[in-house]
Amino acid sequence: MTIIDRGSDGTDLTLQGIGTPRYDREQRVGFFTDTSICIGCKACEVACKEWNDVPADGLNFLARSYDNTGHLSADTWRHVAFVEQPTTDPESARSGVRWLMSSDVCKHCTSAACLEVCPTGALFRTEFETVVVQQDICNGCGYCVSACPFGVIDQRKGDGRVWKCTLCYDRLRGGQTPACAQACPTQSIQFGPLEQLRERAAARIEALHDQGVDDAQLYGDDPGDGVGGFGAFFLLLDKPEVYGLPPDPVSTTRDLRTMFNAATAAAFGLLGIAAATLLGQRRG
Amino acid sequence: MVPDATPMSYYGQPILKPPTWKWPIAAYLFTGGLAAGTSLVGAAARLHGDRRLAGAASAATMSAIGVSAGFLIEDLGRRSRFHHMLRVVKITSPMSVGTWIFSIFSSLAGASAVAEIGEKVGVPARVARPVTAVGQVGSALVGPALATYTAVLLADTAVPAWHEARRDLPWVFAGSATASGGAMGILLSTLAPLDPSDGFASGPRRMAVVGAALEVGADEAMHRRLRAVATGDTDKPDIGAAYTSGSPRVLAGAARAASVTGAATVALAGRRDRPRTRLLAAAGALLVLAGAALERFAIFHAGKASTTDPVYTVGPQRLRLVPPARRP
Ligand code: SF4
Ligand code: SF4
Repeated sequence: MTIIDRGSDGTDLTLQGIGTPRYDREQRVGFFTDTSICIGCKACEVACKEWNDVPADGLNFLARSYDNTGHLSADTWRHVAFVEQPTTDPESARSGVRWLMSSDVCKHCTSAACLEVCPTGALFRTEFETVVVQQDICNGCGYCVSACPFGVIDQRKGDGRVWKCTLCYDRLRGGQTPACAQACPTQSIQFGPLEQLRERAAARIEALHDQGVDDAQLYGDDPGDGVGGFGAFFLLLDKPEVYGLPPDPVSTTRDLRTMFNAATAAAFGLLGIAAATLLGQRRG
Repeated sequence: MVPDATPMSYYGQPILKPPTWKWPIAAYLFTGGLAAGTSLVGAAARLHGDRRLAGAASAATMSAIGVSAGFLIEDLGRRSRFHHMLRVVKITSPMSVGTWIFSIFSSLAGASAVAEIGEKVGVPARVARPVTAVGQVGSALVGPALATYTAVLLADTAVPAWHEARRDLPWVFAGSATASGGAMGILLSTLAPLDPSDGFASGPRRMAVVGAALEVGADEAMHRRLRAVATGDTDKPDIGAAYTSGSPRVLAGAARAASVTGAATVALAGRRDRPRTRLLAAAGALLVLAGAALERFAIFHAGKASTTDPVYTVGPQRLRLVPPARRP
């Protein structure tokens, strides 16, 4: 198979988010979800379900704009959020509403709390530095569910194991683009080597700020954040919490030393109290 | 018309997934602590030379740890895969570390119990007794780790009411396990009365009282710390609010009341194990046990409650990014 990633004039199309990005097994890959161009078509949700054979999650009417999916779950690995914001912007004068649409996904965190707390080793980091559950290992202990600061991973009812986005591990191994990015008609979901995506995002946010879109912000692009940067990061048009995302997520395991130290001190305290109260009064 | 999305979250939806853990995990927090505390009473009795109490404590420890194993497996999504926990030793996973602590504790306690039974059915005492003693004392040395790792298990999550309590939870659990062990010691010596002239009888009573005091004190410190983590919300101004509404409020209040009255009753019964005060002490011990169990359930449910309201997740994070002084 020939991969065409150059235009007829020789320009690198992958930098524009077109064509199959080139990546190799030593490279960290991820998603850059640019919500400013999302049209809310949900092609990503459908493509993900189809490719990964994710079961139905019910026919619900949530009365949340055009969103009847609700949130990411064991059976929803891409979720398109719809926010209708009242606005006085003359461009939206007719509807009086500004639309925010965003396709959410597992962040494939650099410091992935889910992976760190997993007691069976079911969750692991792949050669592409993505975070994946091995379904033949997971015993459904549920620890990862409580550890994820984004509420991504969850237990599947009736199955008992946990499920989430694999960043299409099988497709990656075949040198392909993940199903959602492949299906996205607007390049709102861009896939590629993370370094490249970060550069592209930096250019995009600068362009938006130049256009006067002051609220536009990158979310998860900074390796210095509480989870060491996301493997799947976003460009948002409002505060993260508006989209149901935590504004300053921190991997819980960053405090592990504090916790183990406190527990060790308390354990010795317990031993000391027991010794003092039980052995303290030796009488014949 | 579509309702406005509140600035706090997406249609008021939770950010986090609630823990998948159900009541068996809360119950295990109690029974695991009870096993740990009781193992200490047993080891002390063994060292003291009180073989009757030591044997009773060993049986009680084994029952508590057996029930604990049942609770832990019951809560798994795939029970037949419980042994996958033993595939790895993973220092970043408190559940993995805890699995190994649990395994070592139960092996030592089990070896001790088996040797004791062995002696009854004819194994020579010179073989059986050292195993009984070493197993029992060994398990008691691991016991404190068994009692406190569960605090790290809860704290090492994104659950606000658990993670923010990370410095105090181990002390609450240590106090709770100490109180439970002392209370179990009182009950066991009520069933098999000790020689009143033996000073050892006062041990479990003191242990129960000091343990309950630590439990209540550390619990109070934990609530204070949680109240210091502001959310910026008017209804639920801080994470401590997870404890002051709904079922956690009832459970926490009942836990406090039971622990305090229980400990007071035990103290009132006096230090000596006399027939006159024996029932009073036993009643106090039952209250102390109830207090310890209720405390675990209160913490468990407060944690769950703190995941279902996005205010506890978004509020402190937003304040962290934009401290109140800098807000417009
Ligand atoms: S978003 Fe959650 S599930 Fe995904 S890698 Fe990060 S911690 Fe794990
Ligand atoms: S539920 Fe499965 S993937 Fe999650 S921590 Fe437990 S064993 Fe690991």
